[in-house]
Amino acid sequence: MREIDVKVISDNLCEMCIEANHFLAPDMKEALAKAGETEENPLGKQILSQLEINLKIAGEDMIPICQDTGMAVVFIEIGQDVHLTGGNLEDAINEGVRRGYTDGYLRKSVVKDPIFRENTKDNTPAVIHYSIVPGDKVKITIAPKGFGSENMSRVFMLKPADGIEGVKDAILTAVKDAGPNACPPMVVGVGIGGTFEKCAILAKQALTRPVNVHSEIPYVKEMEEELMNRINSTDIGPAGLGGKITALGVNINTYPTHIAGLPVAVNICCHVNRHAVREI
Amino acid sequence: MDKYITTPLTKDKAADLKAGDFVFITGTIYTARDAAHKRMAEALAGGSELPIEMKENIIYYMGPSPAREGRPIGSAGPTTASRMDKYAPDLLDLGLAGMIGKGKRSKAVTDAMVRNGAVYFAAIGGAGALLSKSITASEVIAYDDLGTEAIRKLTVKDFPVIVVIDGEGNNLYERQNAD
Repeated sequence: MREIDVKVISDNLCEMCIEANHFLAPDMKEALAKAGETEENPLGKQILSQLEINLKIAGEDMIPICQDTGMAVVFIEIGQDVHLTGGNLEDAINEGVRRGYTDGYLRKSVVKDPIFRENTKDNTPAVIHYSIVPGDKVKITIAPKGFGSENMSRVFMLKPADGIEGVKDAILTAVKDAGPNACPPMVVGVGIGGTFEKCAILAKQALTRPVNVHSEIPYVKEMEEELMNRINSTDIGPAGLGGKITALGVNINTYPTHIAGLPVAVNICCHVNRHAVREI
Repeated sequence: MDKYITTPLTKDKAADLKAGDFVFITGTIYTARDAAHKRMAEALAGGSELPIEMKENIIYYMGPSPAREGRPIGSAGPTTASRMDKYAPDLLDLGLAGMIGKGKRSKAVTDAMVRNGAVYFAAIGGAGALLSKSITASEVIAYDDLGTEAIRKLTVKDFPVIVVIDGEGNNLYERQNAD
């Protein structure tokens, strides 16, 4: 049994909040650079080049890439041979987020109650997804999620008879409805299967997979490629002002589901698709 | 076409701006987003004065990240404009001349824009670090308790935006998704 003090988790999360909001992961940087070369629409090309300049300024001057530094979504995988000591894990996670958002000059975007809407002033609480896995490590993924694109996300409870074409139509519908609101070029995270809530979590997890890594399931990989092409033919384009780069990636995760159902969740993320991962 | 304007955005200046123009704004603009709009709507409903003048002014739908020491502002890009659609027509009828945000607007907003000759600009979403470089000063002037959602008076120099909907209702977003 390995012991890990929850303070170590707080300290890491604090740094990860700041890191994720100022530096994109290599896969996203690379996708954005490639998009700039591929785009043919002059306005689209200009916008993509400004997004690259924006990234450079963010890292050099330590200004968040986007002012919407998001709600902190944390995936934590805890090895079953780990014994967490020194306090309550949920408190420790929120303490890390609190310090990261305060010390890192990140925006406090969380309200205490969805109806009464008083700002908590430290960006807590985080949205936390726990899982217990084999081993003696703790793996933390933080994905600060902006709400311009989150608001354009959808869950479709399709019928089994709708099949794969129904799934593709649902994804395209969500992307077209999102249009300029979701700050394209976007990354499209999709969850297919499970239950109502499971497909939404699958879609969120899909956004944390690098955009240059396809699904290992052959038909899912084909779907990712086909949808990427179809989304990039919509002419939504960078900032929604036209062009062939509407998506930087389409990541799909699947899960077994019920005989009566075909749930599909589409979690849309803007080009500031932030994720930082650490293993302790 | 590139155009340089200084605030206030008079009727004449607004009439010269066409959908698709690149515009560089210099002068004073005001920030307000969801919570500030709700309060302004409540003020109007209660017969109170608004904390800022609408006539010939521009509202930027934006809530910045905190400024580091010695800087005027943190990251400062646009938020989705459609969330302000419920409130915008009344402000346009009071003389609001320009709005800066991102994304689509409702028909009620476009109608109010045409009625008043107002302009809707888009700034590039997700380019908050870059856009902050065109803001030289920032001061909270109302609703300080709203934090990032307070109303701020910004001094801007060549702040880059694109005219998406002009005062005649021409809309740059409407060339796509025709299906």
